[in-house]
Amino acid sequence: MKSAKLLAAAAFTAASGLTVTNAHADDLTLCWAAWDPANALIELSKDFEEQSGHNMSFEFVPWPNFADRMLNELNSGGELCDLMIGDSQWIGLGAEAGHYVKLNEFFNAEGISMDDFIPATVAGYSEWPKGTPNYWALPAFGDVVGWTYRKDWFERPELQAEFQETYGRELDVPATLEELKDIAEFFQGREIDGNTVYGAAIYTERGSEGITMGATNALYNYGFEYGSPDNPYILDGYVNSEGAVEGLEFYKELYDCCTPPGSSNWYMSETIDAFKSGQVALQMNFAFIWPGVHADPNVGAEKAGYFPNPAGPAGQYAQLGGQGISVVSYSDSQDAALEYIKWFAQPEVQTRWWELGGYSALKAVVEDPDFESSQPYAKTFLDSMAIVKDFWAEPAYASLLIPMQERIHNYVVADQGTAQEALDGLVEDWTEVFEDEGKL
Amino acid sequence: MARRIRGLSDRAIAWIFVAPTIVLLLAVNIFPLIWTIRLSFTNYRANRPNAEVSWVGLRNYERILTDSDVWLTMQATAHFLFWTLFLQVLIGFALAWLINRKFKGNDLWTTVIVLPMMLSPAVVGNFWTLLYQPQIGVFNHVMAFFTGADPQQFSMIGDVNLAPWAIVIVDTWMWTPFIMLICLAGLRSIPDSIYEAAECDRASQWRQFWTITIPMTLPFLMLAVLFRGIENFKMFDLVVQLTGGGPGNVTTLTSIDLKREAFEKWRTGFSSAYAVILFVTVFGLASIYVKALNKVKER
Repeated sequence: MKSAKLLAAAAFTAASGLTVTNAHADDLTLCWAAWDPANALIELSKDFEEQSGHNMSFEFVPWPNFADRMLNELNSGGELCDLMIGDSQWIGLGAEAGHYVKLNEFFNAEGISMDDFIPATVAGYSEWPKGTPNYWALPAFGDVVGWTYRKDWFERPELQAEFQETYGRELDVPATLEELKDIAEFFQGREIDGNTVYGAAIYTERGSEGITMGATNALYNYGFEYGSPDNPYILDGYVNSEGAVEGLEFYKELYDCCTPPGSSNWYMSETIDAFKSGQVALQMNFAFIWPGVHADPNVGAEKAGYFPNPAGPAGQYAQLGGQGISVVSYSDSQDAALEYIKWFAQPEVQTRWWELGGYSALKAVVEDPDFESSQPYAKTFLDSMAIVKDFWAEPAYASLLIPMQERIHNYVVADQGTAQEALDGLVEDWTEVFEDEGKL
Repeated sequence: MARRIRGLSDRAIAWIFVAPTIVLLLAVNIFPLIWTIRLSFTNYRANRPNAEVSWVGLRNYERILTDSDVWLTMQATAHFLFWTLFLQVLIGFALAWLINRKFKGNDLWTTVIVLPMMLSPAVVGNFWTLLYQPQIGVFNHVMAFFTGADPQQFSMIGDVNLAPWAIVIVDTWMWTPFIMLICLAGLRSIPDSIYEAAECDRASQWRQFWTITIPMTLPFLMLAVLFRGIENFKMFDLVVQLTGGGPGNVTTLTSIDLKREAFEKWRTGFSSAYAVILFVTVFGLASIYVKALNKVKER
């Protein structure tokens, strides 16, 4: 009798426990790219699972296929993703095609203020139309193109002396793009520790967005603008301005003079490999790689240094990367997804996010007095985030990106035509896209 | 046998059996084709289901046919098709002819030669990307050994002149065994008695080759060319993996270009017109080819 009572009590407890769990727990799937920060997010999200009772699943797709896979998912109204950390350029499409839930009301209700985030990340990852307070994402991962360099090579006395003699200045972090090219040229083909090394690993990838994300770091700094300040769709004279042409010529010169042989189709992973294998003195890459570089036993810690994209004649800018986190409008678990965003926006969670290797965009984290000394690359990250510019976030961004990839690659890598022809052609391509879009 | 089963005629029973296939064919092939043709006259975008769709007449066709970039992709495809077929037929037939001669270990050699064909194109693409790497790739070092060139001074997939040949080499490496196998089947189908009769007539080896071997394997060879031609016209994964369509767009084949238009730019109407043009081209060329093949078989 006693055991029967115990069994009944256990059954009741189990049943009521299940009932409670089923009433509140949702299965949430978060979609993002497959890269190091995604692993950090899995770790971070364990706390959310514990606190909320929701189960988190993750769908990560490698970068080269990320846009294809995830935009297909969104365009088909797929219910796979409840939360999407989509690329910054997708915001326009996500908003206008109804893929993302507008978050203004939710932010107001929960006291989440966009003023608490780095302005560039709000503009880059959350707003659509740009410059208006309409928010479709919470800044999730701040990222920007910057440079990694072989600090240990720079510090070698014999190399310092030779550089001083050749260029009349110290071998140090470059202040301008021209200085960067000098350094890359200096290291190109040099023998260091018995190995032939090269100047710089830069973005040249043709298939997705690589060469655009690389070349813009020169274009912006030489005077390239996406359009007229009065009308962003007036392109002629801005996209193909004299400065823009010089910027593109600079990028080609850098590719021709100072990159490793065979680097004609390189993006994030190839440049990381080149740096980690000790092939190059300088590496262009998004800031997300810096924790991995720092931790690398061969080239990390004291051997590596970091600096923001150097200035050009028209100013100092860097290509924005990074993403915001959005709630997918086709999700059946929107409330739970919003709960995740509310949790993620908390300062203590954002602090932990930075500690785990995620790049927080919350001012409370990055403006903390201890932030700059928290990691060797923290200051470079902050300095870089202050100079960002981003590619079009128009709904037709892919139609704008593909011709830019083609035009730039044709000129820089395939050596076809001139920089002026490439940019004039780009103006034609983009004009046609905007005409089709009814914006011209 | 009764002509009727439970009141159904033979014709009705036949229709019952055939109907599912016809329905499937209509649903999977014919309807999408008609729908694609319809879409090709519109500005429809699949990623904007709520946007207004306008009838644009022949504008999509006009844009494609006057777009110099499209013609460049057509040229790149024609170059790829011609050289892959030429090399694969030449080497495939030669290998089949050699393998067909009885020698010790020819079964082992057949297996070894056929191996590349069994690999995934994505794997082959990655594998050859490494082989073509100027610093560590074996290909450059082998070429350097034979030519004396500096292996780091040329990049097969990074050079605008070499990249089209880089993809031809890989496709030939991968698919020559296919041609070889079909040719081998053709060679083994020739009865020995024909060669014996030719021997009796004191025909030379050369004459036997041209008057017996070639004509009797030609239908097989043509069939192999048809299969490979259609496959290579659609070639996508191998080239994307190897060059991504670059450098510039020298290896952007029509299939890659079409995919970008359809599923990256989402110009569904435009890409439908593109697909219709490619379909008509392939269908037309294949029809002419099949007629020629039938004539060869009739001889």
